[in-house]
Amino acid sequence: MNRPLRRLSAVVAFLFFALFASTTWIQFVRADELNAMPGNSRQLYAEFGRERGAILVGENQPIATSTEVDDAYEFQREYSDGELYAHAAGYYSVVYGTSGIERAANDVLSGTADRLFYRNMADLLTGAEPVGANVRLTLDPAVQRAAYDALDGRRGAVVALEPSTGDVLAMVSSPSYDPNRLATHDGAAAREAWTSLLADEADPLVNRAIAGDLYPPGSTFKVVTAAAALESGDYDTASQLTGSARLELPQTSATIGNSDGGACGAGDVVSLADAMRISCNTAFAQLGLDLGQDALREQAEAFGFGQDLSIPLGVTPSSFPADLNPPQLAQSAIGQFEVRVTPLQVAMVSAAIANDGVLVQPNLVAEVRAGDGTFDVIDAPSPRELGRAVSSETARELTEVMRGVVESGTGTRAQIPGVDVAGKTGTAQAGEGAAPYAWFTSFASAGDREVAVAVVIDNGGSSESAYGGRLAAPVAQQVMRAALGV
Amino acid sequence: MATVLPVYPRTRRGAELVLVLLALAISTGAWAVVGLTADGALPPNMLVHAGVLGGLAVGLHLVLRWRAKYADPVLLPVATLLNGLGLVMIHRLDGATSGAAQAPRQFVWSALGVLAAAAVLVLVRDHRVLRRYTFTAMVAGLVLLLLPLLPGLGRTINGARIWVGIGPLSFQPGELAKIVLAVFFAGYLVVHRDALSLTGPKLLFLRLPRARDLGPILLAWLASVGVLVLQRDLGTSLLFFGLFVAVLYVATERVSWIVLGLGLFAAGALFAASAFSHVQQRVDIWLHPFDPDNTDRSYQLVQGLYGMANGGLTGTGLDRGRPDIVPFANSDFIYSSFGEELGLVGLFAVLLLYAVLVQRGLRSAIGVRDGFGKLLAAGLSFSVALQVFVVVGGVTRVIPLTGLTMPFLAAGGSSLVSNWIVVALLLRVSDLARRPAEEVRNGPEAGDTGVTQVVRLG
Repeated sequence: MNRPLRRLSAVVAFLFFALFASTTWIQFVRADELNAMPGNSRQLYAEFGRERGAILVGENQPIATSTEVDDAYEFQREYSDGELYAHAAGYYSVVYGTSGIERAANDVLSGTADRLFYRNMADLLTGAEPVGANVRLTLDPAVQRAAYDALDGRRGAVVALEPSTGDVLAMVSSPSYDPNRLATHDGAAAREAWTSLLADEADPLVNRAIAGDLYPPGSTFKVVTAAAALESGDYDTASQLTGSARLELPQTSATIGNSDGGACGAGDVVSLADAMRISCNTAFAQLGLDLGQDALREQAEAFGFGQDLSIPLGVTPSSFPADLNPPQLAQSAIGQFEVRVTPLQVAMVSAAIANDGVLVQPNLVAEVRAGDGTFDVIDAPSPRELGRAVSSETARELTEVMRGVVESGTGTRAQIPGVDVAGKTGTAQAGEGAAPYAWFTSFASAGDREVAVAVVIDNGGSSESAYGGRLAAPVAQQVMRAALGV
Repeated sequence: MATVLPVYPRTRRGAELVLVLLALAISTGAWAVVGLTADGALPPNMLVHAGVLGGLAVGLHLVLRWRAKYADPVLLPVATLLNGLGLVMIHRLDGATSGAAQAPRQFVWSALGVLAAAAVLVLVRDHRVLRRYTFTAMVAGLVLLLLPLLPGLGRTINGARIWVGIGPLSFQPGELAKIVLAVFFAGYLVVHRDALSLTGPKLLFLRLPRARDLGPILLAWLASVGVLVLQRDLGTSLLFFGLFVAVLYVATERVSWIVLGLGLFAAGALFAASAFSHVQQRVDIWLHPFDPDNTDRSYQLVQGLYGMANGGLTGTGLDRGRPDIVPFANSDFIYSSFGEELGLVGLFAVLLLYAVLVQRGLRSAIGVRDGFGKLLAAGLSFSVALQVFVVVGGVTRVIPLTGLTMPFLAAGGSSLVSNWIVVALLLRVSDLARRPAEEVRNGPEAGDTGVTQVVRLG
């Protein structure tokens, strides 16, 4: 019976061979694929089981921290001032993943980033869990608070930039939400919070400042049109423009009128500076027609339109429409038709003008610090210029023109005693019967501090009261005061 | 001038002791690693682990010195190491789950298992006495197999009705049935092998069995298909039918039995898969575990696969993975738990331990001189191999998932005790296989004279 026994041994060998093969197939050949499966919660558990770095603002004031807890995930993410920083910091949820900086800087926060590799080498050898690094944001708590309070829960957004560095001093989207409700390990509570936030028609989860539905910029876009005019060399601030009460649009029976229904100046002419000061629609519509759509589009792109920005949160690109016929071009020149912007983009226009015409990449991360107790600075992004938007001369002229807006034009509510504020109002049509968007963008400096701001208030009350100058300018004023410390 | 010198055959008991100590060192080290990772300090119960397991293993080693001194020296260390590693993983999973700790129970069962093994070695001085109980074994085997089907007694756990419960206690009678049926098959076939192997019509190159000899194989086939359908467990069904066909083949040396057996089993399985929805379901889960429609039912299998993938080549390290996510991580899916924390390397080591165990058993079958012993050792060894195949194959998607558990590793008393008895029987057979012929002829006591017929001419 020994021959069949030897054959049986061969069968056994074959059975084991099949198991070696199937085990290798799963643990090695298909491991990466299995690890990446959408339903695989193990990576999540592994990530949640690590001590995540903190998110800090200002002078190392923590706004998101990980606390050790006694449950399956080991660490609970907690947000102080959750509503204030919700859209910048984001949430870190077992059920709903991540958003904001929690997502954009996940690799450093979780300690898995390649640049932390050498620092974590020792961990690799000892088998200790890597420790996440801390991320300090550029947000200034005082400016952020001023912006949040000034919006006062109204739908809208505020972005404040430091023009020379691109540092985002404030980024508020309103209404906000409490990320702690999503970060909770109580799955049912997180689901309930998520459902109610999604059902809220004010869309609190959306970051209107950079990634919401884009807004029509309204008259704030006149700054871009004016910049294109000044850059063309054919105009200066005193150039006389059409100032009639109505502008007949070519190829159509439609007209563009001014907001008060009247003419912008005596004899139906108005200077570029005055046109800006009183936000004359007919003057800028005609100017747009004269400059042509290519000049406007190029100027808009020089200010950052059409660019995919990562601050490192993803920013929806703003857009200037293509293939315009003359009526559409006239509408676009005053920020209507299909021109669409983020509040960040509008702030970038002001910031570039404030920074002598040079556009700097906006940035939310001030530095990355080691989380291993040494607080060594691992990474501190330096300002990155995106290019020159306008010449120094044009920047100076635009500054002068925009100061007129605040001194004696539509933006007087943004005045700050003792500070020269340059600004531009905007009131954009949201659609038939809907209340318009109130805009204000401005910049100012005091001492060694400087700031550029964009404010939008979404469907801000009845159409008469929604003028940017009345609703949005006071918000911008509060934010600028906080940033300049005056 | 030739001188005749007596040669003392080497018992290799010393090597066994060294290997047992090595096995203890490995499992105690693993136990310490779990404590160090979880609490940052050596666990206080580390010495308890080492002491209990060490006491049991060394105790059984001494029993072998006393009652089976020529027994194979590798079987005991391998079983000790597997049992110890199982204890470590069960203990480690206790730390991650909230329910009652399983490791202390497993310790008790380990002790009972080793005691059962010692009892077998002491009481069964020669495996050939088991031949007398051939038909008692058949009846016992059938009763054990059918026990879970009795209303009020049987329990369905994880979809398979292969458990029997009395109050808080539950055990898998199939584990014990494996042993008694191996005894029955060996005892029956050693008598009928000639009739089964030498007669019958020839078809092409196959010599077919006579129709009247088909009775037993049809009965075994019916029983296994019955198990598949009624107990909803492909594993138990495959295990018994495979065991029967293997022993039948070894007894008759006729390939036709294997062809016939596999054909019958395939036909039965296909019929069951097409006729019964619960069998269909299991097959569907096996083939399409990631199908959204199967998400709930394939949860355990899929989580096991994720765990193994997470382990990768070298594993996360003990107590650093999340095997506790997988339901039944310490029993049905202990293989994936090891895969996650010890990696592919660790699983290869575990599989090799089983391979060595089976190979040593089959070697004893080849070495032993009586037909019953050959068939018994072959049956028991093959049943271990097949059980490992069915369990690991189920977890790694070679075959549909079943309710069987890994011998020695998995939490569960019936399995542990049964497998220690299997090892005891293999040790007993191997003792006879390696014992010098002189002692075999004269009975074990003759060995004490130290005189053998093995001579060396110098």
